[in-house]
Amino acid sequence: MAVKSRSLFDMEIALPALADAFKKLNPASMLKNPVMFVTEAGAAITTACLFKTAGAGPFLFTLQITLWLWFTVLFANFAEAMAEGRGKAQADELRKTRTKTMANRLRAAGGTEQVSAELLRKNDVVVVSAGEVIPADGEITEGVATVDESAITGESAPVIREAGGDRSAVTGGTRVLSDRITVTVTANPGESFLDRMIRLVEGAKRQKTPNEIALTILLSALTIIFLATVMSLKCFGLYSGISFSIPVLVSLLVCLIPTTIGGLLSAIGIAGIDRLVQKNVLAMSGRAVEAAGDVNVLLLDKTGTITLGDRQATEFIPAEGVTLQELASAAQLASLADETPEGRSIVVLAKQYGLRGRSIAELPHARFVSFTAQTRMSGVDIDGRRIRKGAAAAVQAFAGSLFPPDIRMALSRIGQSGGTPLVVADSDRVLGIVHLKDIVKGGLKDRFDRFRAMGIKTVMITGDNRMTAAAIAAEAGVDDFVAEAKPEDKLALIRREQAAGRLVAMTGDGTNDAPALAQSDVGVAMNTGTQAAKEAGNMVDLDSNPTKLLEIVEIGKQMLITRGALTTLSIANDVAKYFAIIPAMLIAAFPATAPLNIMGLQSAESAILSAVIFNALILIALIPLALRGVQFQPVPAAVLLRRNILLYGLGGLAAPFAGIKIIDILVNALHLV
Amino acid sequence: MHPVNIIELLLFVGLLLAMTKPLGLHLAAVLDAQGKTVLDPFVQPAEKFLYRLIGIRSTDEQSWKRYTVSLCAFSLVSMLFTYAVLRLQHLLPLNPQGFGPVRPDLAFNTAASFTTNTNWQSYGGESTLSYFSQMAGLTLHNFASAAAGIAVAAALVRGISRHSVKTIGNFWVDLVRTNLYLLIPASFIFALFLMSQGVIQNFHPYVTAQPLDQQAAAAQSIAQGPLASQIAIKMLGTNGGGFMNANAAHPYENPTPLSNFLQMLAILLIPSGLTYYLGRMLKNQRHGWAVWTAMLIMFLASLSVCWWSESAGNPRLHALGVDAAEGNMEGKEVRFGIFDSALFATVTTSASCGAVNAMHDSFTPAGGLMPLVNIQLGEVVFGGAGAGLYGMLVFIVLTVFLAGLMVGRTPEYAGKKIEARDIKLCALALLILVCTILGFTAWAAVAPRGTAAITNRGPHGLTEMLYAFSSAAGNNGSAFAGLGATTVWYNTTLGIAMLLGRFFMIVPILALAGSLGAKKPMPQTAGTFPVAGPTFIVLLVGTVLIVGALTFLPALALGPIVEHFLMTTAPVVY
Repeated sequence: MAVKSRSLFDMEIALPALADAFKKLNPASMLKNPVMFVTEAGAAITTACLFKTAGAGPFLFTLQITLWLWFTVLFANFAEAMAEGRGKAQADELRKTRTKTMANRLRAAGGTEQVSAELLRKNDVVVVSAGEVIPADGEITEGVATVDESAITGESAPVIREAGGDRSAVTGGTRVLSDRITVTVTANPGESFLDRMIRLVEGAKRQKTPNEIALTILLSALTIIFLATVMSLKCFGLYSGISFSIPVLVSLLVCLIPTTIGGLLSAIGIAGIDRLVQKNVLAMSGRAVEAAGDVNVLLLDKTGTITLGDRQATEFIPAEGVTLQELASAAQLASLADETPEGRSIVVLAKQYGLRGRSIAELPHARFVSFTAQTRMSGVDIDGRRIRKGAAAAVQAFAGSLFPPDIRMALSRIGQSGGTPLVVADSDRVLGIVHLKDIVKGGLKDRFDRFRAMGIKTVMITGDNRMTAAAIAAEAGVDDFVAEAKPEDKLALIRREQAAGRLVAMTGDGTNDAPALAQSDVGVAMNTGTQAAKEAGNMVDLDSNPTKLLEIVEIGKQMLITRGALTTLSIANDVAKYFAIIPAMLIAAFPATAPLNIMGLQSAESAILSAVIFNALILIALIPLALRGVQFQPVPAAVLLRRNILLYGLGGLAAPFAGIKIIDILVNALHLV
Repeated sequence: MHPVNIIELLLFVGLLLAMTKPLGLHLAAVLDAQGKTVLDPFVQPAEKFLYRLIGIRSTDEQSWKRYTVSLCAFSLVSMLFTYAVLRLQHLLPLNPQGFGPVRPDLAFNTAASFTTNTNWQSYGGESTLSYFSQMAGLTLHNFASAAAGIAVAAALVRGISRHSVKTIGNFWVDLVRTNLYLLIPASFIFALFLMSQGVIQNFHPYVTAQPLDQQAAAAQSIAQGPLASQIAIKMLGTNGGGFMNANAAHPYENPTPLSNFLQMLAILLIPSGLTYYLGRMLKNQRHGWAVWTAMLIMFLASLSVCWWSESAGNPRLHALGVDAAEGNMEGKEVRFGIFDSALFATVTTSASCGAVNAMHDSFTPAGGLMPLVNIQLGEVVFGGAGAGLYGMLVFIVLTVFLAGLMVGRTPEYAGKKIEARDIKLCALALLILVCTILGFTAWAAVAPRGTAAITNRGPHGLTEMLYAFSSAAGNNGSAFAGLGATTVWYNTTLGIAMLLGRFFMIVPILALAGSLGAKKPMPQTAGTFPVAGPTFIVLLVGTVLIVGALTFLPALALGPIVEHFLMTTAPVVY
């Protein structure tokens, strides 16, 4: 789903959002946001005051207050609608991929029938040939095909999908480029992976996350406190012989209650999911995004995440009395039929030693011995030679004698460096060693260092032996590793970390990863993975790039920081608003309190109006911040805290003094009061 | 600001600091049912006897609900007991002055007042209550309510420090141990010291004194009584209910500069020690000291304003020829003067003590504002015995929740994730104080019954009412004075405010203890919100001040703040 990144106020989104902002004024839908509900009630009350002549204060002043209060509510609604709109736009793009297709369904009685894709049900079996669109999510039960998944992933290179193993899942809407496959449908219409993704990004089924609920409770409590403050102030005013007008009291209330965070809270949450979608990651719930920020342990598969897929041959080490050419030639012969990436890399390396490329076809009399778990060797019998390459122990058993000392030394050197040695032998004669090496992805060490600074531990999981694992772990800079890991070890490790109170994130693609994905707090399934893996995780990476786990964690943290920053800012803002409104309320009855007006606002009415205007404008000014998220730096918590407090705490304390003063000057220059 | 005052302040803070650790260590032993103290050989038999009497074992633990029920049941029964004693004092012994029964509303108010550790004194001690009422009816609560406060704080700290448990200690064990190992021995020693300074301790009838100048005054009746025993626990337990109406301004209650100094220190001793206890229990002593430092910063800030304002005095009086260098001596005991009065006022309102050695009503507006603000912030600056710590812990949880998000994790405190339920409970504790104070004061401000009692019109009258309900709901008990609060209406509303401010706060706090105790701990990492160090201290102080100031500023603006400007700049006299 090649998600195009949009400018923040794309008109295609902003205009409908504006309309939605009005629709959202419905009090029933406002109720879920207590802070904005109180603001709306306040706006309604001042509106009513407009029609009341006695004791409501000057009409024009009340009118302006009323308008700005409604603006405040509308701006908050607009922020939410913008966030939802951006999600909807992405959903629409996803939906485009769901073109009407026809499916060749296998009849129980045999033969196929043409049906519309919408009629397919779970467990139906369809046949898809080259050039056709796969009609529904499913598992390949037969055949192998190249599939163009660019509609979903935006990746133009076709991928191979085959029955059995971990690459058997296909997604509805993708196109088969070659060959022919039989697919068992795994989702009913409307329940497919794509459908769920669409619903999610549209925000239709959005539920508040746990932290969002807690924050809403706190904001509601603050709202109640300020209601008590303002209502009691009316009584204290009566005692003091001042009758505070209702628009003034409502203005004070709305300025005090945390409208900034209250208005932007849901937008922040939606935007968090949205940012993930832009990275081609689909979170199944907002809860998962929040959990990503809390993760303490990252469980990273070595292969694909830390290293570039497969091991590569990097070096030939001939035994004493064997030339490099001879070893390379034998290694190449032994690898010709070896279709594994390691095997191919040996052939490629051998070419660099001036050997011409040979192909199996040239050697009709050769008998190729393929790798089995029992022999743990592969090779070729040709011209009376029996060439084998394989693990040291296996080849030693094959050659029937101890390796010469130079080979033994080389073996242990390679082992310690984390490489994998393949010994090449011709019958009982040991020719030398092929050095296979994992290539660690660039930039990871730096990244892991930053995670460490944030208190996140990285654990590498690999099936390699301890020594190899240790060397790669050191090279990649992970904190810990698990060597010789079996799939169930992953699950056990997650359980162990969780028992110690840690939150674990991992990536996985295979069916045997499913239990671990389900157990982990943040389980990112690769889109290339099996359906079982995708069902078990709570996020799917459409690009199938395991390294993206790191970005997911950053986005989760960014969302939480944005929430905290705006809450702090919202509360810190209140101080300046007090200094604008309270002196204005006192000045008529107690002229002696003039020194309290430290901002030198020009009149009581302009002071109150300016505070209300500031309160509305700060909300709209912060919409971009809410949607984009605050800048995130991977540094220790203490540093991050200090920086954000300076910015949002102190900034939130000081900025409104300037803002209200400027608005006051404008209000008076324009003779608004 | 005389150098002697500075030295006294440094000595005061220095001694408080020095005693925090030893007391904290002792508290840790006392509040652990199996803890070992040096007092064990002397006290253990009594402890075991009391357990048998109540019918518990020291190893029994209670869930937060049972803990709450035990505490509330104990408080209710002891409150009814005191009510009965006051109503029946004419039938009871030790009544040499032959006082009659206490009026129902006054008895309710007094019983509520002492049960809640408020010690608001609507009654005049020496003119209303018999020795028996004072000793059995009131001093009982001085011990029990202080111990209950400490118990709640300990229960909350246990909830925070324990994990994956259902229990938070045993109320009866906490009650017994706190009294036997801490309050009673400490009070005994302190009472002896006070007697050495001249505090009286007797059961004599009142003495009649003939003034030398018989033209000027008639014969005076000089009250007597068992003062020292009550004064000691009044300070140590942050109770504040004096034997005499004049409280610590009375020469019998507070005879010497040394007694004054040590009484102030005694008020803050246990609250200060509890911060060390917090650090020790959480195995994060830096956190304990961070909380202590935050408290000290707010204490010194409040003291500075009060001291400065009282030293500056009243410009209006200066205009009439009063020596400006004297400062504001109205309503102050000349033996103590400006600094000791300002310090005492700050100490007594920082803690929920409420003992006074000067009339807060007569302070300058800004000077009187500070004690009022101290109470309204929830008395978390050291605070009451136990109540200060648990109030502060609510603010700590809120601080961690508000600012904790800014480190990019969902907030956690001491490895416990702060979730919706915890926030709900903290918000309840906060709301009850705010709504009680503002609600009752607003009612009083517009009700004839409320305004009839004030003796000063204008902003000062509002301050008087606001102070009364703040003091009651905050369980402080100090009076701003100037309010004739011994009416049925005030006795009843203030009594209710005290009960709301105490028990409606304790229940959510114990529930919070239960909620936190049941959680699984999360390990501390470099990504964890730091709860020690300067950033945390600034945040904590900021949260307390901003939440407190935002809530009460409008009310204060119409009271002391307006009054301050009227005094300094306005030509009008109210």
